[in-house]
Amino acid sequence: MSRLLQWVFGRLPIGWLQLTHKRGGFIAALSGVAFANVLVFVQLGIMNSMATATLRPYDFFLADIMISAADANALAEGGNVARQWMLQSFADSDVIAGMGLFVGNAPWDRGDKDITFTTFGVDPGQPGFLAPDIAGDAVLLQVQDVAILDRLARGLSREDAAAIRPQTPLSFETQGRTLTALDTFAGGGGFGGDGYMLVSDQTFLSLFASRTSGAPDHILLRLRSGADVAVVTERLRGLISDDKIRIRSFAEAAQEDLRYQQTQRPTGVIFGFGVLIGVLVGLVIVYQVLSADVADHLREYATFKAMGYGPWFFLSIVVEEALVLGILGFLPGLAVGTGILTLMGKVTTLPLAMTPGMAVIVFAGTVIFSVLSGVIATRRLAAADPADLF
Amino acid sequence: MNRDMIVEAHGLNHWFGTGEARKQALFNINLALPRGSLTVLMGPSGSGKTTVLTLLGCLRAVQDGSVQLMGQELCGATEAELTALRWRLGFIFQSHNLHESLTALQNVMMGVQVRTGVKDDLTRRAAARALSLVGLSDRVDYLSANLSGGQKQRVAVARALVGNPAMVLADEPTAALDKDSAAEVVDLLKRLGAERGTTTLLVTHDNRILDRADRILTLEDGRIVASKVSTGDDLDETLE
Repeated sequence: MSRLLQWVFGRLPIGWLQLTHKRGGFIAALSGVAFANVLVFVQLGIMNSMATATLRPYDFFLADIMISAADANALAEGGNVARQWMLQSFADSDVIAGMGLFVGNAPWDRGDKDITFTTFGVDPGQPGFLAPDIAGDAVLLQVQDVAILDRLARGLSREDAAAIRPQTPLSFETQGRTLTALDTFAGGGGFGGDGYMLVSDQTFLSLFASRTSGAPDHILLRLRSGADVAVVTERLRGLISDDKIRIRSFAEAAQEDLRYQQTQRPTGVIFGFGVLIGVLVGLVIVYQVLSADVADHLREYATFKAMGYGPWFFLSIVVEEALVLGILGFLPGLAVGTGILTLMGKVTTLPLAMTPGMAVIVFAGTVIFSVLSGVIATRRLAAADPADLF
Repeated sequence: MNRDMIVEAHGLNHWFGTGEARKQALFNINLALPRGSLTVLMGPSGSGKTTVLTLLGCLRAVQDGSVQLMGQELCGATEAELTALRWRLGFIFQSHNLHESLTALQNVMMGVQVRTGVKDDLTRRAAARALSLVGLSDRVDYLSANLSGGQKQRVAVARALVGNPAMVLADEPTAALDKDSAAEVVDLLKRLGAERGTTTLLVTHDNRILDRADRILTLEDGRIVASKVSTGDDLDETLE
């Protein structure tokens, strides 16, 4: 390390030598930086997980345009939308298919623990609206009270889920009815529910008596191949003049849902602040370490000043220290952060994991903020007056 | 400026503080230090010795009067000019000010690295030579905490000399040394004066080293009150 820093800075690695001179203090400083890294990793991991979980249900469907109620900021929120708008949208020649999508939460009472499924009611006669890995099961949904369950649902053991097959169905009670699960798909626990369930629209209406077939939660539209989604969306907005509904591309709806979760929902805001606090904690720790180090070596720095060393020399020492702390503190932070996220992911079944992108962002952030702290700490160097040495 | 003189000061005045608290520390100082000479600056505490040292060492801005150092006027010089001049000076401080996390060799290397930058081999060799000069060849890899007071001071001397400075400014460099070590340090500075033409200005209360000085200046209340020049065995008293 010493030789590397000497090569990088073209001088004695004074910063490295200063930091490592007092081993205890150095380890404590690295622990502080690593702790801040872990904070940021965990918060970022949860934020990423929320993004993945928010977007996950959109992957179950294939659609070009989604019509929703004006207050439907998320897939499982907001009012209903009149089915008549689906029929009216067929007036546009580029719209080739439409499907009402029903969404509701159905708890499965398992005695000691309930599993809440975010339940989608779909038209089994239109498998083209379902993702390829699910579409094959659409035919099963044509039977009343049949469900396709999320095998990654929180609270559902992997063994139980693996056993669910058309030949070995699983019957269970929910919403006062007995459903039969004939197959499973890979969903995943989210923040709103423990997992997902697919049923036919007719089964959905049986489960949720207050709902009517004329008022689904969303309307999904598929367009003719080659049609411009943005142009058709704009045309539909002109065609359907109801200000209580929103007409967006399906991809746009997913992104708006994500933005809403991250910036409007308390959980998103809290995790965002968590990242900010982690960054601030790291900034303060590195600043304190470097600032104390500068104060401890004021006489030596003043001596160097007397010898003719200029401000860039001192800045480079503090930047060298900041880089050492940032880089060496990041490595244990990455290891511990990965461990914690993996553990949390297993316990919660949320899609929590360390990603290369997160590691790169946190590493870059750590280095940048460490150097920033170092630059701030060099202000104390002004107190190093070589004339005071005599 | 006389080319034989490394420093010439004329009518040098200096003040500290501002407004009501402004106090004059130096009054009309006139002095000239010949190249290669060893000058001792004496005087009671508060007499202005340190102020003279810091002004001639380019560590403070000259406020009034003229100071020519190596042919360059210090009054009105910019910070960059003063910094560049300091590269050609060597400083020895009473409390040695060695960097605790550097070895003796690395501390001495810092004295020359400011001039030669990245040339590690050269600075390393020069530093080893300087340590050898002060009798510390066997202590090059010692951290300063593992050196005695006298050894630390000798490392500080090596650091001041390693860059072959034109002038060495030393503040009580022998205060922490025993009689023999003190004599060795001053003899070394004197020898460098003869061999390399290095000028030394040395502030001290140490009477043990006065007999080695080429000139002794005595300051009282910011004024030079005595100036003695060595004429061999004795010092002739003059007043500039």
